[in-house]
Amino acid sequence: MGNGTSIGRVRGLGSSHAGTHHWLAQRLTAVGNLIVIPFLGISLALLPAHDFATVHGWAAKPLSATMLVLLVVNTLYHARLGVQVMLEDYIHEEGGKVASWLLINFVPAAAAVFGIVSIIRIALGAA
Amino acid sequence: MALARSNRPLSPHLQIWRWGPAMLVSILHRVTGNGLAFVGLSLLLWWLGSIASGPEAYETFMTYVWTGAAGGLSTLTAILGKIVLVGLSWAFFQHAATGIRHLVLDIGVGYELSVNARWSVFTLIASVGLTALFWGFVLLR
Repeated sequence: MGNGTSIGRVRGLGSSHAGTHHWLAQRLTAVGNLIVIPFLGISLALLPAHDFATVHGWAAKPLSATMLVLLVVNTLYHARLGVQVMLEDYIHEEGGKVASWLLINFVPAAAAVFGIVSIIRIALGAA
Repeated sequence: MALARSNRPLSPHLQIWRWGPAMLVSILHRVTGNGLAFVGLSLLLWWLGSIASGPEAYETFMTYVWTGAAGGLSTLTAILGKIVLVGLSWAFFQHAATGIRHLVLDIGVGYELSVNARWSVFTLIASVGLTALFWGFVLLR
């Protein structure tokens, strides 16, 4: 970034040209959420009891485990995109932007891995 | 950059505008979305992790979020847990309703002032109604 000319001062400060992908991914995961979240809510509401054996037995079924993995990945991706938009509106300092950028990439990835490892452990019959 | 920003005009914020249904549900969409992201997903991962960790961890989760069976602190957190869970279910229904509203607006319809206001109000009624239906089913069946 130069200081000499007007164009040099603004070059590189504009659009990243990645907005369309962000926008489409947010809509796509929104539609996905309309499937996976009601699946969880209705499944839990229909369970005869909510003790460990019943809930573990339900979550260990192949369909439940599949839907739970999809739920974890889809909701975290959708949340990450939405939280990014919120942070872009309210965080204006350079340090805060860098910290936000690290957080919205590291935290959802770590959370998704934790969720998926948990579901695999349930589905494969440990604990 | 800081100097350049200080000379720029500030856009009017919340206190300037007359409140309307579209403004209210737009703000609610952001609030419920971030609530679900931070509180909802944290609770979901705690729940999944507790099931994966075994009966004792699951009991701890259920005690502190729902039953309060251990007494003391868990009595308080179980009351808060119920409020949070009902709040999260309402937040989901509200966020889903305004989200569907956004998907409809994305295809270019529903921008007439009266139509826009009507569907904005409808998301508020739908979210409260669906929350009541869901918990009614869970608790009364």
